[in-house]
Amino acid sequence: MQNSQIHAANSAPLAHEEHPSYLRHHFNSTEQQADAAGFAMWLFLLTEVMFFGGLFTAYLVYRNWYYPAFVSGSHQLNVVWGTTNTAVLILSSFTMAMGVWCAQTRRRRGLVLCLALTFFLGLVFLGIKTVEYREKIEKHHVPGFHYSLQSFLDPQSDPEVYKEYHDKALVPDMARHTELYFSLYFLMTGMHALHMIIGIGILGFMILRARAGAYTAGHETFVVNFGLYWHFIDIIWIYLFALLYLISRH
Amino acid sequence: MSAGTIVTLPDQSTARIPKMNFLTKENGLLSWLLTGDHKRIATLYLISITFFFFIGGALAGLIRLELLTPQTSLMAADTYNKVFTMHGIIMIFFFLVPSVPATLGNFFIPMMIGAKDLALPKINLLSWYLYMAGGLLALYTMMIGGVDTGWTFTTPLSTHYVNTNVLTTGLAVFIAGFSSILTGLNFIVTIHKMRAPGMTWFRLPLFIWAHYAASILMVLATPVVAIAIVLVALERTLGIGVFDPTKGGDPLLFQHLFWFYSHPAVYIMILPGMGVISEVISTFSRKRVFGYTAVAFSSVAIAVFGFFVWAHHMFIMGISNYAVLVFSLLTMLVAVPSAIKIFNWTFTLYKGSITFETPMLYAFGFMGLFTIGGMTGVFLGSSGTDIHLTETYFIVAHFHFVMVGGMLMAFLAGIHFWWPKMTGRMYPEKISQLAAVVTFIGFNLTFFPQFILGMLGMPRRYASYPPEFQILNVFSTAGATILGVGYLLPVLYLIWSLKYGAIAGDNPWQATGLEWQTQSPPLTENFAVMPVMDHEAYDYEWLEKQQKEQGVASAE
Amino acid sequence: MSGQNKHAHTIVGPRVYVAILFALLLGTALTVWASYVDLGFWNPIIALAIATGKAMLVVLFFMHVWYSTKLTKLTVVAGVFTFMILISMTLTDYISRAWGSW
Repeated sequence: MQNSQIHAANSAPLAHEEHPSYLRHHFNSTEQQADAAGFAMWLFLLTEVMFFGGLFTAYLVYRNWYYPAFVSGSHQLNVVWGTTNTAVLILSSFTMAMGVWCAQTRRRRGLVLCLALTFFLGLVFLGIKTVEYREKIEKHHVPGFHYSLQSFLDPQSDPEVYKEYHDKALVPDMARHTELYFSLYFLMTGMHALHMIIGIGILGFMILRARAGAYTAGHETFVVNFGLYWHFIDIIWIYLFALLYLISRH
Repeated sequence: MSAGTIVTLPDQSTARIPKMNFLTKENGLLSWLLTGDHKRIATLYLISITFFFFIGGALAGLIRLELLTPQTSLMAADTYNKVFTMHGIIMIFFFLVPSVPATLGNFFIPMMIGAKDLALPKINLLSWYLYMAGGLLALYTMMIGGVDTGWTFTTPLSTHYVNTNVLTTGLAVFIAGFSSILTGLNFIVTIHKMRAPGMTWFRLPLFIWAHYAASILMVLATPVVAIAIVLVALERTLGIGVFDPTKGGDPLLFQHLFWFYSHPAVYIMILPGMGVISEVISTFSRKRVFGYTAVAFSSVAIAVFGFFVWAHHMFIMGISNYAVLVFSLLTMLVAVPSAIKIFNWTFTLYKGSITFETPMLYAFGFMGLFTIGGMTGVFLGSSGTDIHLTETYFIVAHFHFVMVGGMLMAFLAGIHFWWPKMTGRMYPEKISQLAAVVTFIGFNLTFFPQFILGMLGMPRRYASYPPEFQILNVFSTAGATILGVGYLLPVLYLIWSLKYGAIAGDNPWQATGLEWQTQSPPLTENFAVMPVMDHEAYDYEWLEKQQKEQGVASAE
Repeated sequence: MSGQNKHAHTIVGPRVYVAILFALLLGTALTVWASYVDLGFWNPIIALAIATGKAMLVVLFFMHVWYSTKLTKLTVVAGVFTFMILISMTLTDYISRAWGSW
């Protein structure tokens, strides 16, 4: 203990103001606590960038190798559903941002409404995604499960897609590589959907807490940081939409 | 201060371990399993990491025993494959990656920067649980038959050809990866946001700089190996084709993703060790580290360059010649910051008042062995010589010189250096000096012959070899036995010292770091009063002045 | 440093959010339209440019980076930078593989 005196002379004055109950013992101020949590969230998002980064790398390599297969594969995706989903997700990002504003300005009912809307829009997104997935399952476009090349070897057998794009038949060797396109499609959108599901779960928890007024009494860090996560998912989707749906539609 | 040692202990007849400290604060198993205290979590890590080290060590012993004779005498060839695979996985993912950061880093980063705890104590505890879950899953895999892909999970071997437990091992590594990410994330946040007043970036001990650099790598590189492992698992189970040449996939893509992590991972392993060495060298030569700024930035440079060199693991795997050229050139760059460190440590020694306590002996071992390990790395990074040397025992020797000769020496240096602070008691000096020397001798005898074996062309990862290689292999196995003794000794005398060691007092080494300016073992809050940093790092004059003032105060 | 950088946390208001929302929806419409036009080599570049523009709007305003500390800005840049290393250094191999040996 002797050395504690070393610092007694020149130690920082301890804060004497009343500490709010949510200030954890090892922080000196609520500001430091919020800063640390926010920074930690950003670092977590960096790990997410790199996690998806591996998938984007794989996508880039195979897209350049098997471009015709990727074009034909992308024509199997429905632009209307994709665009709708993009709009839904952007809208949910907006409601989430509004939720953060409500928390910061201590509007409890506004916050609950915004979170509930975000929750609902998240579910709409997943619903549309399910419709899209079901179509792939029906057409046997799920890699590894009786994958069917028919739509690519004989495009006219798939009239709905054919009447729109008039794709030429791919040679069998290229047609095989559509499976790789769909692998990446399911991997990337599936990983994205997994993040959505986790996000929606947390949103449900947050709605309950927000109704009790937990985030509108000055401690809105959790809402702000969750907002970062939700917007990040939105950004991933913005890229997925451009890369998977819009390879070439002309 | 007597000649030849700087150890200053309190009067043993009156000295007592402080009654109130982080160990005695609470009792019972739950107070440990649910703790948020970084020092307790570090202790949990220390125990579990030592456990995994000895399992990995036992497997290494089996490997060396098998290689004593040219034939496959002790075990079948496929058993041997499993043994070296599990040795690699346990040693890398469950010992080397978390070794210094999760134990010493966890314990001392908050103390060195003058904080009460890491920024995210619950995340810290979670990372220990993830580590344990991953580790136990890896052990379980070993029990149910193991895995034989090598620790690199190379495709298409791991996805198509082996029938062993790739999935559970992959999951174990995946989970351990998250533990490592959370540790790194926690360190970065803590170093940015929790520093005491006056603790500017260039007053930070170099230990902190090294951990900061390593943490950047943990956060940014580990997720890539996580996705690579997920892809291997999906390829194996569902046949998604991403790594399957018959479906148009490229097995080399796996190696790109894998080495994007696993090359920086060796810097994750070595950088914290370099941080330890900076502290030890400075303390036992009573000098500020020469070129503090250069050493600090060389850590960051190693981290940044570390991202640009991964494909030097793939020179003979079929990547393009042009990429080989680029990566070979970039690899040479990493030698520069590593050399900056070695040279600056050497200049720190110059005209210093050097003493030879155990941590210093290990640090000397580190400097010599790491230099050899690093220089042989340049051989392997040169695309021409790599063709001859890669996949031989040369690479095994290179890696072990860096990791065992470098990192493990640094780990032991750090454990001895901070043992008095962690436990409040000194380790026995004479026997531990002996252990350091035994380790050094054993190490060289084990791994130096492997350089020669590699030059002669003995391939790695085979249970049998041509009889003309036997004599060098016998040397190597003999050395491994000595090395084993060298590692067993510290466990015994460190446990002994918990009860019988001399009372260390606050600052037995007369070191300058903030962690030494509080009681040993520290309080749960680390400092009785929030410290203020009003001097540069490694300022030994400041320390003398403080002690003089204190002497005057206590005399009055 | 602990509690000493008392920078005020700017609260971003609904007006900015609404403006960004419409910009994002417009960007979405634009990128869909652009994919139906044959621009050859420029198609993927424009698609990625629009996506990046949208992502930047989200990062800067929805995620408040525009109003944040240098540290946050640096963190975002570090993430993009490392991601670019992964992509570009991997591609050094894939692009030059077709060139054959010398």
